[in-house]
Amino acid sequence: MLERLRHPWSDRRAELTLGAVSLTVGVIVVAMVVFVAIQAWPTFQHNGLSWLGSGKPFKEQAEAMQNAGPNPPASAYYLRAWPLIWGTLITTIPAVLLGLVIAVSSSIFIVELAPARLRRIVIPVIRLLASVPSVVYGLIGILVLVPFVGNDLISPAEKESLANSVQLTGAGLGVAIVILTVMITPIMVALTCEALTAVPNSWREGAVALGVNPVRAVLAVTVRAARPAIVAAAVLATARALGEAVMISMVSGGTDWAPRISDGTTALFEPFRSLASTIVDFHDGIGAPALKSSLYAFALLMLVSGFVLSVCGYLIKLPLRKYQVRA
Amino acid sequence: MSTLHHYEQAARAPMLHGPGRRSSPLTWRWRDRLALAMAWSAGILLCLIAGAIVAYFFVRGVQYLRPSMLFSRPQTGQTQAGTGGFLDPILGTALLTLIGVLIATPLAVAAAIWIAEYGRPSWLARVVETTIEIVAGTPDILIALFGLTVFQLRLLAPFSFIAEKGAVYGRSFIAAGIVMSLIAIPAIYTASRDGLQAIPAHMREAAYALGKTRAATIRRVLLPSVRSNIATGVTLGISRIIGDTAIIIFVLGVTLRNEAQNSVPIIGALRGTGSTLTSYIYENSPAGEGGAPQKAYAAAFVLLVFVMLLNLLVGRIGRSQADTTGLTVAGAVV
Repeated sequence: MLERLRHPWSDRRAELTLGAVSLTVGVIVVAMVVFVAIQAWPTFQHNGLSWLGSGKPFKEQAEAMQNAGPNPPASAYYLRAWPLIWGTLITTIPAVLLGLVIAVSSSIFIVELAPARLRRIVIPVIRLLASVPSVVYGLIGILVLVPFVGNDLISPAEKESLANSVQLTGAGLGVAIVILTVMITPIMVALTCEALTAVPNSWREGAVALGVNPVRAVLAVTVRAARPAIVAAAVLATARALGEAVMISMVSGGTDWAPRISDGTTALFEPFRSLASTIVDFHDGIGAPALKSSLYAFALLMLVSGFVLSVCGYLIKLPLRKYQVRA
Repeated sequence: MSTLHHYEQAARAPMLHGPGRRSSPLTWRWRDRLALAMAWSAGILLCLIAGAIVAYFFVRGVQYLRPSMLFSRPQTGQTQAGTGGFLDPILGTALLTLIGVLIATPLAVAAAIWIAEYGRPSWLARVVETTIEIVAGTPDILIALFGLTVFQLRLLAPFSFIAEKGAVYGRSFIAAGIVMSLIAIPAIYTASRDGLQAIPAHMREAAYALGKTRAATIRRVLLPSVRSNIATGVTLGISRIIGDTAIIIFVLGVTLRNEAQNSVPIIGALRGTGSTLTSYIYENSPAGEGGAPQKAYAAAFVLLVFVMLLNLLVGRIGRSQADTTGLTVAGAVV
């Protein structure tokens, strides 16, 4: 057997072996979706569409599930997940919008404006920001930003206004949005830079030759041509932001509270839970079948929305092919 | 004389329009000036954020990190000084990285070769490409949950151990390492595939003309020339693995020290539980047990140093293959 392996491989054998290995990777991924879906099924089955509704704080629901024991009755699967979905949305959307502005501006800077010497600094910086582990971002959040916000930014009046319902410690929406923005901006910068460089240089030069100033030329020609790719970058970054669990779990305050937009700027200091952070917060209780099924359902929801978002990103980029811009 | 003077003045006078003169931002419309200011400030803002993070952890690291921490084991203690060092988490990180890379590299490189060189039938190639893209975009928390379910299957009990009530525990170094390989695969795959696709066709044609088979061409011509791409991919995969927390929390069964499952030398440790730098930081921050923020800072500093070294390495290896901005392929932010 070993003797046979040492001989040079025939083409057919190499193709089949490599194909089989590749297929294994594919099968594992399909298995991932199937496994998670199977685990998540009971909670959807018992709750139906009202799963998406609003209801009691998640902590109470989770405790009920844990108390139901190893063979929970159907009623133990009761779950209303809207507060968590809301928490996910109001962190993700502002972070992506904020990140998009920073990412497009800094991509223009990197591709068109920065002197070569500065560019040699900015690019490693983007790479570093992308590779800092989320637990380190979370640590900065919980040990630096949260005390700062809690002690210096929240006024006593604001603490007072919500004293009956929730304690404002500084952990919450604002800190989470800021850190999440820093975490997803590099992704958008990378994709946007790629798109901007893919736009033929002659297009922009044409505009400059017509007497337009360089910045206007970039905005009107390069950025406009790369627009689909920029939107696609934002969509991909959204998918990343949805799945950020550890950092959000560290800075979100871990309290059942859904920030109310009607509170104005105070909402930025209110704690929340997102789908992903809840999975981390309740990882100890995963032995209880009802809670386990709920947590897998959150994961499945993230997977499905991430999948839908990537398909959207792909579709948005299709028009670029028309101009033979490959980005 | 007077005419010469006249000409000099004319040449010195500001020429607002016309060829050969760079327009100064001061003459632009305010919208363009705003855009210029935003682009510069966004670029500088990102540099400042990164600089602040590095500087902050450097200060904290110098303040709290003692060399003895790197070589002493964690222990329970009442004060922060009494909780020992983080030798076990460092070893845990190293072990998981080793397992993850050993599994991910052959799989990812094989998939990359198959996609780039064979890719038949094309629908199947597309399916494989799409699935790898799906893994790349999947949140690590979901991969962690998937790993936990898989390793809690009765069939896979040998990878961890059977807990008291007869359920499979599903958490061990080998389980976590296998799950970790999943998050390293996309980086290695993308880097190797791009390397293979960048090899000009005449290299292959020359090899075929010399009578080499396709398999031999891959082995003797293509693989050696994408060695640096594979190295870039592996480095990126390692930085994914050492930075991951969710998988550790779910599939490694965070324990204070690395606990071997039984006394069999290597297999016992592989089946046992433990912690890594990331889970150590998490547990020592106020989000976890909250006991020792100083230890969390020190460990985060060590982790950040590792990450920066890996970044440096990627820049070194990837210099020859960087795309125009060096961010997407060799830099692999995405």
